[in-house]
Amino acid sequence: MPEQLIFAMEVFLNGLMAGVLYALVALGFVLIYKASGIFNYAQGVMALFAALTLVGIMEGQVPFSHLINAALGTDIHHFGWHVPGFVAILLTMGVMVILAWLVQKVVFRHLVGQEPIILFMATIGLAYFLEGFGDLMWGSEIKTMNVGLPQGMNLAIDEVTYGIFGYGFFIDNLDIVATVIAALLVVALVIFAQYTKQGRAMRAVADDHQAALSVGISLNFIWVMVWSVAGFVALVAGIMWGTKSGVQFSLSLIALKALPVLMLGGFTSIPGAIVGGLIIGVGEKLFEFAIGPMVGGATENWFAYVLALIFLVFRPQGLFGEKIIERV
Amino acid sequence: MKLKLATMALGAVMAAAPAMADLVFPSLSYRTGPYAAGGIPFADGYADYFTLLNARDGGIGGVPTKLLECETGYNTEKGVECYESTKGEGALVYQPLSTGITYQLIPKVTADGIPLHTMGYGRTSAANGKVFSNVFNYPANYWNGASLIVNHLLEENGGDLKGKKIALLYHNSAYGKEPIRTLEELSKKHGYDLTLIPVDHPGQEQKSQWLQIRRERPDNVIMYGWGVMNQVAVQEAANIRFPMENFIGVWWSGSENDVLPAGDKANGYKAVTFHNVGSDFPVFDDIQKYVVDAGNAAGAGDQIGTALYNRGLYAAMLAAEAAANAQKIHGTADITPAMMRDGMEALEITEARMGELGMPNFGPSFKVSCENHGGPGTGAIAQWDASAKSWSLISDFSESDMSVIQPLIDADSAAYAAENKIAEGCK
Repeated sequence: MPEQLIFAMEVFLNGLMAGVLYALVALGFVLIYKASGIFNYAQGVMALFAALTLVGIMEGQVPFSHLINAALGTDIHHFGWHVPGFVAILLTMGVMVILAWLVQKVVFRHLVGQEPIILFMATIGLAYFLEGFGDLMWGSEIKTMNVGLPQGMNLAIDEVTYGIFGYGFFIDNLDIVATVIAALLVVALVIFAQYTKQGRAMRAVADDHQAALSVGISLNFIWVMVWSVAGFVALVAGIMWGTKSGVQFSLSLIALKALPVLMLGGFTSIPGAIVGGLIIGVGEKLFEFAIGPMVGGATENWFAYVLALIFLVFRPQGLFGEKIIERV
Repeated sequence: MKLKLATMALGAVMAAAPAMADLVFPSLSYRTGPYAAGGIPFADGYADYFTLLNARDGGIGGVPTKLLECETGYNTEKGVECYESTKGEGALVYQPLSTGITYQLIPKVTADGIPLHTMGYGRTSAANGKVFSNVFNYPANYWNGASLIVNHLLEENGGDLKGKKIALLYHNSAYGKEPIRTLEELSKKHGYDLTLIPVDHPGQEQKSQWLQIRRERPDNVIMYGWGVMNQVAVQEAANIRFPMENFIGVWWSGSENDVLPAGDKANGYKAVTFHNVGSDFPVFDDIQKYVVDAGNAAGAGDQIGTALYNRGLYAAMLAAEAAANAQKIHGTADITPAMMRDGMEALEITEARMGELGMPNFGPSFKVSCENHGGPGTGAIAQWDASAKSWSLISDFSESDMSVIQPLIDADSAAYAAENKIAEGCK
């Protein structure tokens, strides 16, 4: 087999894995958009905030310590304990639920019935507030995310592929874990949406919130629930990306990777986020591999958007988005 | 009438009398945004040194210093806004800690007569003071950094790099592209093969780049990165089992932030530096006593001795020494930006002076001149010890290859002079 084809296969597999990581971020956007029609600009910052909170809890960091020390003249930074990863994840989830409740109570409850652009602007405000709030709460230094996820080359895949092709493929263990978690997450979300009372209520609200209200579904509860689930998805994305790069403020920029996925997969489809992520991941990696060297490289950022735009031209609602029907 | 005249005369005398204002040092910092983790320790070091001077020495030449901090968020537009909003307050020298902001400020500071100091960043050819009268980039620049790294590789390979494969992993921006020309020239001289691998901002996803490195198996990877790009690159290098001792960054890819997230796997990673590392210098005792213990530290006081804190402190020290020099040259303690420029252009840093400042062997001895605003271009190699979580120098400070760099500086500055119709010369 030609060497370049073998390399392309490795790039293809890594593209799939990268696509899963993009999809993890995109899922949060889809959930909120599907239930409330809000394009949540703050989803990337939510991932950052969740990751910061998780690491802060795990390391026993005193929240707002800089503020406390400045106000009281104290010098406290840590409680002196370490919280196990699993417990810290549960506690972080609790924080994300409180955040969801506050977002609903303080912001979106007052904006019911407003134009989508107003709601979008509100999420921009929320993003900047959360970024500053996270900084104030946990500090802005880079933190190490260590919840025990494996990282580095998968030796089994390396050996097997070496045996077949004479060249060992590189697949990151973290990417494999991310793929498994993303698959479980999607299955859980689909089951939740299709087979639970709350899930059906969520879909009813998504279809027509006034009709849902008329049959006794609490919009407030559903929206808090959706923002909480999106918070959980953000936490998962924050863990994965934070493990790769450390937890730091540029983590919020992962949202940029989710946008072409949403354009391609559709804003309202959970499977669409996954398939969109895979197409973007594979597309940008293969393009960089094949064409990148001819044009000086660094093609991935812009090519993902070009790919999404090409799909948009033929399917404006995205691959899996709800079909746009205009009746006259 | 007499009373009126007397009052007017008194007023005129008061207006003419020199008012001893503070010496104003703006700090165009970034404590927010994606690059905050790098901006904060630098800004803290910069601020703490001026706080120390005020608390310990009563300022510079008896005049207190005043720090004007303005948040840029590493955003070029905000950086220019910061410049415009602070320049009227008697700002003596600007250090924007951003190549993008530097490029925007070069024509502005030249027109306004305010000096700009871009230590280890900015426009490299600004080392030619005959063209860039108000811009200084001593003691080292990007091209020195590239040459120093190649010198280190030469040393490791018995002086012969023929046939070696070297990859440059760089931030796909004006900053990241700076060393390309130098490395290309050096490759002609030393016979190594250079591969260029760009990483787009912010650099959170680098799978393609590291798969390429794994396929092409370069002997060494040089990195010109900043922010999250550095952390991801170190992690990905560890993932593909690239030998960390063959991975070397420029000084902006050589802070604790860059290696800590990868844990033990970052052990052995190297970076070139133009100042010393660690906190084993007497000046830090004074910082602790007069600044941190007094509750006046810019940050939490926990960054002392880190690479970027030291760099901020070093930048402040060089600014303070230039201000003292300006006071001496012009015979006045109350200096203007124009006088500060003169102080910078005639600055001489000796090891004896560094010892007096509590910073022995912290940075090079050098003398600035109109012809050379770039300083000596020296540097040393630092290596990360993951178990001790500290950097240590593994080489002495040595010189870069000016036989390659100087013609590049001359050519680039001449092109700038022609483009902007600047007549080369000394003030």
